[in-house]
Amino acid sequence: MKFPLRRILPALLFLLVVLPAFSQEFDMASLEKRVTVKKLDNGLTIVVMQRPEAPVFSFFTIVDAGSSQDPLGETGLAHMFEHMAFKGTTGIGTTDWPAEKAALEKVEETYAAYRAERYKTVGRDADKVKQLEQAWKDAIAQAQKYVVPNEFDEVVETNGGRGVNAFTNWDETAYMYSLPANRVELWAYLESERFLHPVMREFYKERDVVMEERRMRTDSQPIGRLVEQFLGSSFATYPYHRPTIGYFSDLNYFSATDAKDFFEKYYVPANMVVAIVGDVKPDEVIPLAEKYFGRLPVRPHPAPVHTAEPAQNSERNVQLLETSQPFYLEGYHRPNYRDPDDAVYDAISDLMSNGRTSRLFRALVRDKKIAAEAEGFSGFPGTKYQHLFAFDAVPLPGHTPEEMRKAIHEEIERLKTSDVTDEELQMVKTRAKANLIRGLADNGGMAFQLAIYQLRYGDWRELFRSVDRIDKVTKEDIRRVANKTFQPTNRTVGVIETIPGSSSPEGVKEQ
Amino acid sequence: MNRQMSLALFVSLWLMPLVAVAQRPAQTPLDPELAKIKTPPLPEFHPQVPKRVVLPNGMVVLLQEDHELPLIDGVMRVRGGSRVEPVDKVGLIDIYGDVWRTGGTKDKTGDQLDDFLEARAAKVETDGNADSTIISFSCLKPDFEDVFKVFLDVLQNPAFREDKIALAKFQMNTGIARRNDEIDQIARRVATQLAYGPQNPYARFPEYATVAAVKRQDLVEWHRRYVHPNNIIFGVVGDFDSKAMEARIRQAFDSWPKGPEAPKPHITFTPEKPQLYFVPKDDVNQSDIQMVSLGIERNNPDYFAIEVMNYAFGAGFSARLTKDLRTAKGLAYAVGGGIGSSFDHPGIFRLAMGTKSATTAEAIEGLKQELQKLIDAPPKGEELRSAKDAILNAFVFNFDSRAKVLREQMGYEYYGYPLDFLDRYRTGVEKTTAEDVARVAKKYIHPEQFATLVVGNPEEIGDQLKGLGPVAKWDISIPPPPGEARHASASQSK
Repeated sequence: MKFPLRRILPALLFLLVVLPAFSQEFDMASLEKRVTVKKLDNGLTIVVMQRPEAPVFSFFTIVDAGSSQDPLGETGLAHMFEHMAFKGTTGIGTTDWPAEKAALEKVEETYAAYRAERYKTVGRDADKVKQLEQAWKDAIAQAQKYVVPNEFDEVVETNGGRGVNAFTNWDETAYMYSLPANRVELWAYLESERFLHPVMREFYKERDVVMEERRMRTDSQPIGRLVEQFLGSSFATYPYHRPTIGYFSDLNYFSATDAKDFFEKYYVPANMVVAIVGDVKPDEVIPLAEKYFGRLPVRPHPAPVHTAEPAQNSERNVQLLETSQPFYLEGYHRPNYRDPDDAVYDAISDLMSNGRTSRLFRALVRDKKIAAEAEGFSGFPGTKYQHLFAFDAVPLPGHTPEEMRKAIHEEIERLKTSDVTDEELQMVKTRAKANLIRGLADNGGMAFQLAIYQLRYGDWRELFRSVDRIDKVTKEDIRRVANKTFQPTNRTVGVIETIPGSSSPEGVKEQ
Repeated sequence: MNRQMSLALFVSLWLMPLVAVAQRPAQTPLDPELAKIKTPPLPEFHPQVPKRVVLPNGMVVLLQEDHELPLIDGVMRVRGGSRVEPVDKVGLIDIYGDVWRTGGTKDKTGDQLDDFLEARAAKVETDGNADSTIISFSCLKPDFEDVFKVFLDVLQNPAFREDKIALAKFQMNTGIARRNDEIDQIARRVATQLAYGPQNPYARFPEYATVAAVKRQDLVEWHRRYVHPNNIIFGVVGDFDSKAMEARIRQAFDSWPKGPEAPKPHITFTPEKPQLYFVPKDDVNQSDIQMVSLGIERNNPDYFAIEVMNYAFGAGFSARLTKDLRTAKGLAYAVGGGIGSSFDHPGIFRLAMGTKSATTAEAIEGLKQELQKLIDAPPKGEELRSAKDAILNAFVFNFDSRAKVLREQMGYEYYGYPLDFLDRYRTGVEKTTAEDVARVAKKYIHPEQFATLVVGNPEEIGDQLKGLGPVAKWDISIPPPPGEARHASASQSK
C-alpha cells in the first residue's frame, strides 16, 4: 500500500472523495453497510453482500491456487482437480461409499504399477505394460459400478441452480453458480462438502474429457496455438510459460492421487474466499458458513512462489506459419498487481483500447485503415505475479503483421514522448467510475469482484479504492510508466503468417 | 473491441404479470445429510411490470423504473432486418447497423459523437439483426438529457457518411477473409445452411461481392422505409420517474408521423438432403460434428413438452448427452443439443459435439443412438421429474432483474405473443407428463431427416466415415472479390 493511512479512513469520507459527481445520486455508504466479512476460525473468509432485488443469490468460491502451482511435469493438474470438484463427494455420486473407496484405491494401485513400468527408459517390458494397463482398466470398470453419474450437478440443477461452472487460470481456481434464495443452507452444505469430502471419481475418463478440451481450445484454434507458444517464449522461470490446460504428455501421466495431493496442499481454508451476493442476510449466512465451511480442517498455508523472472535482455520472437489469416501479438514484462503503478497500467490499457475513441482504434482502424481491431491490455496471462502488458491487432485483408507492429510502436512512442490530453485522461477516469456502478447490478459479477479483491488485497474495499487510484493517475505517470515498460529488449513478439494450405484455398489469395 | 458495449450492457431486459413463484422440493438425494436440509418456501415475489404506453403514432413504449443504481438504459427495436435484405446485397443490414451510428448525424460526425459520449461514459449504439434493427443508449442518470438528445439525433437524422461506410466494409471483408479460420465457426455456419438451405435468409452470409454492392443510397433508403414510430418498440429501464419519462418521450415523438408498415416476409425453408457432409480442415486434431434438421416455432402447442424433453436430453451437466457422451465415454468436452425454437420461424434441431479425430465415427454413432433412445425410451419417472424441477425451481431466474423483465416483455410485444407467455410456459411445463414427452419425441424426432456435418482433419479421420453412407463434400472456399481472379488451385467443387 502506498498510503496505509487510508485504510483507517472511514469509507464514507473516502468514497465521497472518489465519486464526487455521483455522491448525490449514489449512496456509497449504504453499499458498505450491505457488505459483511467474516473470517472463520479455520481461516476461510466469507463475504456477504445483501442485494434484495429478487429472491436469488450468486456466489463465487475462489481458491488462491491455479496452474502456476502445477508440479513440474504435471501441467494441467490444477484444472484437472477443478473438473473433479464436480464429481461428487463421499455422500453424493455413490451407491456404496465404503465399497467404492476400496475400488478406487485399487485403481490407484494398478495405475501406479502401470505408470512405473510405462515410463521406464531402461528395461521396459512391453508385455508387462499391456498387462498392467489391463489390470488398471479392470479396476476402473470395477469402481465404475458404484458411481451415480453427475449426481452433484443434478442436485444443484434440480434445486434451480443456474450457471453451474468453474474456471482455472494461472492465478486462481473459481467455482460459481446461482440459486433461489431459499436454498442457502443447501448451498452451504454442497459447497463445503465438495471441499471437505471430494472424491477422485471417474478420474481417468475425465482426463479424456480434458484432453478434448485441450484439442478444442488450443490445438484446433490458430490463436490458441499462438498464445501457447508465445507464453512459452515470454517467461523463462515463472510458471506463466506453461499452459493451464496442460500438455498431452502430462495429462497422460498424472494420477487421481496426484490430484488429491494437489488439493490437500492448496485447498487450505486460509487460501480460500467465498463471496455470496443477493437476497441473503449475513445473520443467516454467517452461522451457516460457520456450521458447514467451518468443518474444513486447518492445514498449513502453502509456500508462496518466490521465483522472479530474470530481466529480459533481448527481444524474443515467435512466428507461426498457418493457413489461417495473419495476427499480431506482442508483450512487455511488468510487475505484479501490487505494484504502485498498477493503476497507471490500467489507465494506459483503457486509453489505448476502450472503444472508438481509443488511440489504437483511431490510429490503426480508422486512420491507417490497416486493422480490423487493435488493443493493448494488462494482466496477460495473469496479474498475481510479474506478467505482460500486451498489444494485439487483427490485420485487414492484404495487410501484414509487420504493419501492425510498426503502427503499434508509433502509438507507444507517442505515449512515451508526449502527454495525453486532459480530455483523454478525464474520459478514462469517468469510465472507471461508471463501470464500477454498472457492475453493481449483477449478483454473479459482484460476487466475483468481492471475492477476488478480498483474496488479492485482504479487503474487498480495494475494489473501490482501485477507482480512486485511477483517479490519481497523472500525465507524467503515463509517460514514465510507458518509458519504463515499453522497451525493445523487454518485448516478446508472436505472429501468425499465412501460408497456402489444401483445405484453405482463400489463404492462397493473400500471398 | 468494445463497440457493442451498450448492447451488451443491455442484455438484461423482460417482464410478466406474474404471481408468486411456486417451487417444488427437489428429488430425494441419496446423501442422508443432504436429505436433512430443509428448504423453506421461496418468499412471495411479484416482478414489477413495466408501464405500457402506446403513442398516437403507434410507437409502443415500455417504462420500467429501477432505482437501485443511478443509471438509465433504453433500447428501440425497429421492424425489418437482414432476412429481407436483397440477395445481391447480403451484408446491407450489418453495414447499416454499424454506420447508422458511426456515420454521425447531419450536425455531428460519428467521431464527434464518440468524444461527446465517452466523456460521459455513455453509449448510443446501433445494430442489425435478422428480423430487426436496434438503437440503444446507456448513461448515468445526470447525463440523461444530453445522451437522449444524441439518441434522438441518431434515430432521426443519421448521415451515413461515406468514410464510415468504407470502414464498415473493411470490417465485413475481414470477417469474410477469416470465416474459415476457426473450426467451430465453419461448423455452425455450414450446419445452419444444411438445416435451412444455403439460400435461406437466416443461413446466407455476406460475400465480397454482396458487400461491395451496398451503396450509401441503400442505407438511406432502408432508414426511410423502416424507421417509423409504428414499427418501433421502445423500452426504457432505470432510475427515472415514469410520469416524467413518459412526458419526455411524448414530447420527443408526438409530432413524428406514422409511416408505412414494415412488410411481412415470406420465407421458405428447404433443408439439404439428409446425408453426411464433410468439410476438410488440415490444421485441427478434433472433429466438429453437427447433426441438424428443422425445429419448431415457439407458438407450437407442443413447445412446453419439447422444452422439458430438451432439458433432459441436452441441457445442463446432468442431461443425457453430457452423461452418456462426455461423462461415461469421455468422447467430448462440449456436447449438447435439442429441438430449437424461434418466435416466428422454425428453429434448428441441432446436436453438436467436438471429439478427437480418431473417435469421429464413434461420436456420430453415439449421437444417433441418443436420438433413437429418446424415441424408444423417452424421459419418465425420476428423469422427467428432475428435468421439470430444474426448469421450475430455476424459474425465478427468468425475472430476477427489472431489466430482464422488460427485455422479455419487449420480445412478446415484438412477435405478437401473449404478454403472459412466461406464465403459460410455467403452467405448460408443470402439466407436462411422461405421455406428452413420449408423444412429442415420436412426433418431432426423425433420425432419418438429419443432415450430419463433420468438419475435421481428413488425414487423421482416415476412412472412418466410409461406413456411415455416402459422403458429400461441402465447398467452403471464399469467392474472391469482384475483379480478382481466383487462384487456380483454389477452386473446389462441391
